[in-house]
Amino acid sequence: MTAQIKGGRRRAPPAILTAPAILVGAAMIIPVFYLLLRATEGDPATVVSLVVRGRTAELMANTAALVAGVLALTTLIAGPLAWLTTRTALAGRGLATLLVTLPLAVPGYVMAYSLIGMSGHYGFMNQVFGWSLPRPEGWLGATLALGLYTFPYVFLNLRVALSTLDPSLEESARALGCTPRQVFTRVTLPHLRPSLFASWLVVGLYTIGDFGAVALMRYEVFSYALYTQYVAAYDRIYAAWIALILVAIAVSVIWWEGRLREGTHYARTGVGTGAARRLVELGPAGQVAAWGFVTLVALAAVGLPIAVLAFWLSAEPVLPSLPVLGRAFWQSVSVAVPSAILAAMLALPVAVLAVRYPSPLSRLINRLAFVGYAVPPIAFALAFVFLSLSTARFLYQSHILLILAYSLAFLALALGPIRSALYLARPSLEEAARSLGYRPLGVLRHVTFPLIRRSLISGMVLVFVIAMKELPIAFLLAPTGFRSLAITMFSRTSEGMLVDAAPYAAAIILFSGLFVGVVLRQEGRHD
Amino acid sequence: MTDDHPATAARPLLSVHHLVRHFPTAAGAAVNGASFDVAEGEIVALLGPSGCGKTTTLRLVGGFERPDSGTVLLRGRDITALAPERRGIGFVFQDYALFPHLSVAANVGFGLRGRPASEVRARVAEMLEMVGLANLADRMPHQLSGGQQQRVALARTLALAPPLVLLDEPFSNLDAAMRLETRQEVRALLKRAGSAAILVTHDQEEALALADRVAVMQAGQILQIDAPAAVYRSPTSEFVAGFLGRSNILEGEARGNWAETPLGRVGIDRSAEGHVRLAVRPEQISLSAAEGAGGNGVITGREFRGHDQVYWVRTADIDVMALIGPNDIYPIGTRVRLATSEPVVLLGRG
Repeated sequence: MTAQIKGGRRRAPPAILTAPAILVGAAMIIPVFYLLLRATEGDPATVVSLVVRGRTAELMANTAALVAGVLALTTLIAGPLAWLTTRTALAGRGLATLLVTLPLAVPGYVMAYSLIGMSGHYGFMNQVFGWSLPRPEGWLGATLALGLYTFPYVFLNLRVALSTLDPSLEESARALGCTPRQVFTRVTLPHLRPSLFASWLVVGLYTIGDFGAVALMRYEVFSYALYTQYVAAYDRIYAAWIALILVAIAVSVIWWEGRLREGTHYARTGVGTGAARRLVELGPAGQVAAWGFVTLVALAAVGLPIAVLAFWLSAEPVLPSLPVLGRAFWQSVSVAVPSAILAAMLALPVAVLAVRYPSPLSRLINRLAFVGYAVPPIAFALAFVFLSLSTARFLYQSHILLILAYSLAFLALALGPIRSALYLARPSLEEAARSLGYRPLGVLRHVTFPLIRRSLISGMVLVFVIAMKELPIAFLLAPTGFRSLAITMFSRTSEGMLVDAAPYAAAIILFSGLFVGVVLRQEGRHD
Repeated sequence: MTDDHPATAARPLLSVHHLVRHFPTAAGAAVNGASFDVAEGEIVALLGPSGCGKTTTLRLVGGFERPDSGTVLLRGRDITALAPERRGIGFVFQDYALFPHLSVAANVGFGLRGRPASEVRARVAEMLEMVGLANLADRMPHQLSGGQQQRVALARTLALAPPLVLLDEPFSNLDAAMRLETRQEVRALLKRAGSAAILVTHDQEEALALADRVAVMQAGQILQIDAPAAVYRSPTSEFVAGFLGRSNILEGEARGNWAETPLGRVGIDRSAEGHVRLAVRPEQISLSAAEGAGGNGVITGREFRGHDQVYWVRTADIDVMALIGPNDIYPIGTRVRLATSEPVVLLGRG
């Protein structure tokens, strides 16, 4: 009866799907291979003296401390917020959800900019309130900048988990004699674990790979060290080794997350629709305290950047800088649009293969498709530098290489929505079209494509917006004269030119707002 | 096991020979040597428990699976390796598979592309009229009830006037009341369109009520294929006897056209000698009150069901089930005499 699910050799996938999918898989690992090649070029003694030394241990300790700090901060902020907005009778839960999702629009390096722009003698706080704050730096500064940017990922994941947990499970636990506290620790918390780990994975990988915020906060972690080695010292072999260490850290993080998540895949076993959940009453004092927390978080993560930007924007007339801003914007668009289209085009065969033709090969390609997402961007970019220098020098510092690197790095973002849409479009729809006389390509055009078109577009929008504000890959692969919004904003800030950086930061926030819009729309489907 | 049914004496519409299909992840074969014919305009039900290979057989005929061996002939032409879209065979899916992005009319007209628009419009209208949904042409599939969705799926398939329609568990997504109503409607629609049909179901009542012939499947093989009444009255195996309604399986000693059994001497449907196994339908057993310690059974359980009653009777170390009219009531513990009202079915030598 379930033959169509089991079938391993029903019909071979057409070459029109297999060929591009295999190319995608190869394109993901070949650059990393060149990283390895370049790293092993140095003579062993030099390599050992480069890699095995106190500085590596220091970088490792700093990276670990940063990841731990960011995960702790994001969980402490997101956990209570997720509970308040799903399980309590908090007034205006929709508004609260919106307010604490908005920080996604303020990338880590813009958050770092606002923390820096708030401090010092000429800073926002001293000029407006008369408080001169020290310039945030190092671990604390980087943790704050990254934590305040990434906590909505944890928040959204926990929210979905909290609102989809069948209320009757918690009610059964009560009926079996558990106190509310015991219900939380013995039923609710175990069910949150998969989402918590999944969001930690996203935030952890982002933190390891981040470059803008740590560079501005001058916190010495691997990605920052790679940047200084490559750009300042131009030591390619050591840079390659740091990149490999970054890849190794990312792989071990993914491996650990997989281990932790093993056996925690819970599905609802019962039938029928769950009853509506009874919300926890907060009382007047509780409402005030809860909204106080929401306001504090929103002020720190969104209010502060906007206030600081408004402050610096008002310091000098913006009009003269508009033509330059427009040029930077146009340069960002000229790379982000083709990257988005290419990413979606590459994701399509991978997704169709994974969903419709399950096989060891399609599973392998599907895994490889996530390499670009998992490998820290600065290491991924360095791999492309080495690849182009060794095989196709004319591609080095070309738009084509940057677009290719973007589309591979963000392929996973386009893949997700397409894959879910394909899972929803039952195979029987395609078979029905076959039985009505349509050939496979006709089925793709008249049935499959119309069904996944919306998801294809939302995947493209995701890639487009992410590419618009991307920094580390652009930094290493920038074609000569390429000054995107993010690059311009970052270099002006790192040179202390906060006034000149402000319009670019504002443009980036505006654009990232679009990204939040897309995320919120997807979140809306869960409710 | 093909059968010399009168309808298949002429060249059959569909002829399936020794189909075998293994799945790499499963131990045995899903379909293991299935053979049968379907005549023009005939409705055949593939009946069996889940996992018996009936859906795989249907998908092999439809072209959605390739057999490891065996052939499928349509009007004498070998279509075993032909792509589904080139077979001209209709398929109605269990979940109806209506295209969610197209209106009812567009769904029905989906297979008619390449024809003049006016012809498509006329055919769609004709089909919707036939299934009684002419007023819902502009609705989207999600705005329809389950029964309406099924009729749209049928209209979409019949619009191409296929000589053969395959239906995979067509009534399983309908509630019980809808199912009874839809059954005869679907049969009438198929007959009116003149299409033959193969219907897959695990519901014996549905198969008996709807099909011209019933093929009972088990473990990838067709055990028996015959007219509904014949399969019910003369099962050739214990499995068929048990799957189509309930049967008491008895052992006995045959002497020609009767046998000695725990129920006493019973007539059998063909003559045999020696140890045999017999299938006795509950409605073939009659009860009468026995005086004192007489009779050959004791009532151990009863169930009053309104139009009839079920009794469980212990006799000579076995329990038999009897189905009798609602009039005579026998309390538990009553000694009764059991008899059979007509010759019982000989299954084989025990």
